[in-house]
Amino acid sequence: MSGDKILNVDRLAMRFGGIVAVQDLSFAAERKKITALIGPNGAGKTTVFNCITGFYKPSGGAIRLTHDGRTIALERLNDFNIAKQAKVARTFQNIRLFPGMTALENLMVAQHNALMRASGFTFLGLIGAPGYRDAEKRAIDLATDWLKRVNLLDRADDAAGNFAYGDQRRLEIARAMCTEPALLCLDEPAAGLNARESAALSELLLSIRDDLGTSILLIEHDMSVVMEISDHIVVMDHGVKIAEGTPREVRDDPKVIAAYLGADEEEAAAVMEGGS
Amino acid sequence: MTTPSTNPAKPATSVPALLKTAFVNALIALVLFSLMIGIRTEAGSSGQLTYWTRFGDLASIVAAVFGGSIVIELLRQWIGPTGAEKLVPPAVQSGISFIGRYLAPALLIFTLLVPVIFYNQRYILDLAILVLTYVMLGWGLNVVVGLAGLLDLGYVAFYAVGAYSYALLATNFGWSFWVCLPLAGILAAFWGVLLGFPVLRLRGDYLAIVTLAFGEIIRLVIINWQDLTGGPNGVSGIPRPSFFGIPLDNSDDGLAAWLHIEYSTTHRIVFLFYLILALALLTNWATIRLRRLPIGRAWEALREDEVACRALGINTTTTKLTAFATGAMFGGFAGAFFATRQGFISPESFTFQESALVLAIVVLGGMGSQLGVALSALAMIGGFELFRSLEGYRMLVFGMAMVLIMIWRPRGLIGHRAPTVFLTKAKAISSDLVKEGHG
Repeated sequence: MSGDKILNVDRLAMRFGGIVAVQDLSFAAERKKITALIGPNGAGKTTVFNCITGFYKPSGGAIRLTHDGRTIALERLNDFNIAKQAKVARTFQNIRLFPGMTALENLMVAQHNALMRASGFTFLGLIGAPGYRDAEKRAIDLATDWLKRVNLLDRADDAAGNFAYGDQRRLEIARAMCTEPALLCLDEPAAGLNARESAALSELLLSIRDDLGTSILLIEHDMSVVMEISDHIVVMDHGVKIAEGTPREVRDDPKVIAAYLGADEEEAAAVMEGGS
Repeated sequence: MTTPSTNPAKPATSVPALLKTAFVNALIALVLFSLMIGIRTEAGSSGQLTYWTRFGDLASIVAAVFGGSIVIELLRQWIGPTGAEKLVPPAVQSGISFIGRYLAPALLIFTLLVPVIFYNQRYILDLAILVLTYVMLGWGLNVVVGLAGLLDLGYVAFYAVGAYSYALLATNFGWSFWVCLPLAGILAAFWGVLLGFPVLRLRGDYLAIVTLAFGEIIRLVIINWQDLTGGPNGVSGIPRPSFFGIPLDNSDDGLAAWLHIEYSTTHRIVFLFYLILALALLTNWATIRLRRLPIGRAWEALREDEVACRALGINTTTTKLTAFATGAMFGGFAGAFFATRQGFISPESFTFQESALVLAIVVLGGMGSQLGVALSALAMIGGFELFRSLEGYRMLVFGMAMVLIMIWRPRGLIGHRAPTVFLTKAKAISSDLVKEGHG
């Protein structure tokens, strides 16, 4: 594979005590492309995500993010620094909004680091410096823009906890995008959405890739979404990579079919031999 | 949901269920009080144990519990927490919102006029100063508990640091109050950060226990470091505050002589009143301001969901530390004021009970609400004085009032959150959605 890689995962390993969750996993995500990480339940996808976004410290291997001509070793950074310095934003499998804050406030919190600098680490903001007021206005504009994109503008001043499930999912993506990330990591963004909402989500993700040039890495179970929008798919099972390629290649891969149908190893081997 | 009936209290109440609850409560009361009230024991004249029964009193208590639980149950179903707002007619609701809008300015104007209205009533002025001190402490702790959601049971430690900072700097070096006041705040904030560093990785109950211990450690250090703090004897002869250098006394260069008015001791009380009012309003102004800045939003976001904060690139450690330090700084200011008002401080003023009282004020007021905290400080400190005429029953009445408020308003007096920024219209957020934080 050629092309410009934003993320390189090299021989990643993650063990919890004696349990091996991820083993010797290597893959890359291309810049301005959508890379999907799929696999049956318990394959270790979310563990990989937590390693990339710093919520777990990997037991071994390297995770390199290349952006703006800099290469950053993510496995050495704290979780908040991965978002702050390496510009990796993420969403969660079980939505984690700030339920008691309005949609607009949620998007303002996402711009914390930029606003902190503008407010002179609170001191300039406290005395009401004009520079901060301009920065806040720009932040509100960016938030408004994202509320428009995810079609929640009329609900800007409502508490996020009151939103319907699908709206919460979209708001969480908007919040992640308000950090202006280089790489957006989405953990099952289509989970719990109906067909119409999934289609709208696909459209949103494609527009994030095409209009903004943000690279996306996503975990997803909804194959219609994965096959429609992904440029590259990595398939995991039992903590190891079993296949990767374009949607078409992956769909026809016998190992993937075996993993998803739950065949045991011998059967899988038989299927592999039969397929190749 | 069915359409609300005109009288929703009646269908909700079934008589047998009501009687059953009352009966169970009466039974519990009977078991509890049978030994405490039913039998009275005393040492007789020659040291032997004498006892006599008081079954009449016991019966009246049990009957009171029976009747009382029926009344409370009826009240609960009438204005209970579930769907309480829906039962209130719209006219009353708009009235309440009207009062709500003008309550804070009206209270402020009244507070400004207190020394004018009650000029000759020293008792009321002293009480007002005490209430305002607790309003300030409540507002200070509100930053930590109400906004950042960090349960701090040792807030009094920072109050003590502020008080001792002023007392020791003023008595040892003769520094003036106005120099020591910022120093007291800075020192308290410093101790807040010092405490914060090791403990802020703890959450919830563990954080509460460690902060409680910290409060006790500060008190024990003050008691035992006799050379510096005077130990249990405290520090006395703390200078009274001056009016920016002009002393408030009977001397020739005092404020009274300077203004060519007759000297009165009330001048100092009135000055102290406006001093604590100004300090409290500074706390309030800073808190309201901070809430609308990124740091304040990060505090509230931290209370809502810490993991999401980290995923958005917010350094949760420094965010927690700033909340702790800000709260501690206001506690330190209040402590310096306390020292200059009393003229004498000792470790007895900084027991755990003070921390608990300030925390109760914040919780009762509605966590995060500035007006709620002010109202509850007034109710807790002022109300407690109000019940003074009841003597022995004071604690009982006070406790009952607290229980009733917690039944009707489980999220505090002011139970909703105002958004810090809005596009078209600021809508109050119901407290059901707002998280309490878990450390």
